[in-house]
Amino acid sequence: MNLDTSPRLQDPDGFLALIMEAHRGLDAEAARRFDARLALILANQIGDMAVLRQAIALARGTG
Amino acid sequence: MPTHANPRYAAPPPPAGPESRGVVVVGAGLVGLTLALDLARHGVAVTVLDDDDTVSTGSRAICFAKRTLEIYGRLGLGERLRAKGVTWKTGRVFHRDQEAYAFDLLPEQGHEYPAFVNLQQYYVEEWLVEACVAAGVDLRWKHRVAAIEPGAASVALSVETPGGDYTLTAEWLLACDGARSPLREAMGLPFTGQVFRDRFLIADVVIRGDVAFPTERWFWFDPPFHPGQSVLLHKQPDDVWRIDFQLGWDADPEAEKQPDRVIPRVRAMLGPDVPFELEWVSVYTFRCRRLEQFRHGRVIFAGDSAHQVSPFGARGGNGGVQDADNLAWKLAAVLRGEAPERLLDSYDAERIPATDENILNSTRSTDFITPKSEAARAWRDAVLELARDHAFARPLVNSGRLSRPATLAESPLNSVDSGHWPAGAVPGTPAPDAPVMRDGQPDWLLRHLGQDFCLLVFDAVWSPTLPGLRCLFVTAEETPGALWDHSGLAAARYGAPPGGAVLIRPDQHIAARFAALDEAAVSAAIDRAMGRSP
Repeated sequence: MNLDTSPRLQDPDGFLALIMEAHRGLDAEAARRFDARLALILANQIGDMAVLRQAIALARGTG
Repeated sequence: MPTHANPRYAAPPPPAGPESRGVVVVGAGLVGLTLALDLARHGVAVTVLDDDDTVSTGSRAICFAKRTLEIYGRLGLGERLRAKGVTWKTGRVFHRDQEAYAFDLLPEQGHEYPAFVNLQQYYVEEWLVEACVAAGVDLRWKHRVAAIEPGAASVALSVETPGGDYTLTAEWLLACDGARSPLREAMGLPFTGQVFRDRFLIADVVIRGDVAFPTERWFWFDPPFHPGQSVLLHKQPDDVWRIDFQLGWDADPEAEKQPDRVIPRVRAMLGPDVPFELEWVSVYTFRCRRLEQFRHGRVIFAGDSAHQVSPFGARGGNGGVQDADNLAWKLAAVLRGEAPERLLDSYDAERIPATDENILNSTRSTDFITPKSEAARAWRDAVLELARDHAFARPLVNSGRLSRPATLAESPLNSVDSGHWPAGAVPGTPAPDAPVMRDGQPDWLLRHLGQDFCLLVFDAVWSPTLPGLRCLFVTAEETPGALWDHSGLAAARYGAPPGGAVLIRPDQHIAARFAALDEAAVSAAIDRAMGRSP
């Protein structure tokens, strides 16, 4: 399976708003742990190591 | 009052003049003694040199894995280790004040040996010394190698003893002289890898009477009694408990060893009312590194002199014993003239990938326990937070991936399956054990494999006329002279069809599988496993 980079979010503005809202009141350290927990949950949902590898490479390339 | 007094072995006088020996082992530690015993049981005359006059002191290897117990079973010491050792198979991981994860290392029944026993290294070494003496090994305590001169066909050693010095020429030199290996240093061989920037305190404490901990491996991340760091607890025989406290890189190793620092740490963990005595205290750092090659002509490295790992995973001692198991039969076959010298190159081909697997696992565990950056720590803590309530995160918790036997899947000694063999342990795997009945008595399969090549034949009566090859018959129905696979576990674990056969090496690894009996194929597989194939 390949990483799908086509736009797939049904409600992009709503998703970003959810993320921003979830970070409200968190200091930098807590926010970092929140992001890590979220990424772990999403990574488990994806499951496929090849896709995760491509996603990590993509994220590093745009960092 | 210590729970163990080290024996002192007499130093033999030096020989009157220069001597020559076939096989010389340097280092009478766990690996050197195991190798010497295995060689002696293969009929090889062995001389062992050690610069000390006793076995190891203090807390060293403690977790002896199932595969190691099976190797000692072959060498006649397995039952002794099991009887004295503390048997365990469950690991528990805690985060702060709650359990995050538990694992069972031997979920399957029907093996003679448990997943692990905990046992102080000095006991195993003492029993190895006894067995070596009984097997005729020439043990020379307080004989220190002062200089080494490797040659093409032999190795010259200058040996110092309390009674005078001498020159010893060895046809083969087996360097089992530990992580600091003076022989490796003298030969100028690079020993490369990484150092972890962390310090750990080992405290062995004696607790008599009731203890609130079960015989399991307990690991804490950030516990209330040692905030911000990790702690590991193991039970050993003689009421000794081993506790590893992570201290961090900035800790002062000398100050941390003092009882006035150690005792409050232990008391905070055990509670104020549990009486204990300190048996052993040390502070250490970890390294993961190895030699580029283990064989250097007539000098062969085994154990910590060849490779070093962090202790999380119990892969140091267990890996070293597997080195000895791998090397002994090969060297014996070369010395008997049955195998060409290049069989010894397969020691590198097999044990270097096994070592890399140990280093990889050990490095990943250490990276989890000692995160290298703030981001790594956030991810680590996120895993631990999720693991408490969510099963998906538990496999990510890494407090040590405990030693598993190496599967020598890519070994040049393995043969391709002869015929279709769809399931079971593949060539390169250590032969799986299984319960069997023999002459009406319960027994174990591995006990019958011996230490030479052996052909396990399933549900057929067929003996190839190959010299020196013993056949062992395993049958689904009770049959005189055969091992009765009454539970069907043997056939299942080997994936053997009726009439199939499995060739087992002297170190009890699988060399080849034959769906139908074919004498020429068996003969070719033995040639391959002995390094005789072109």
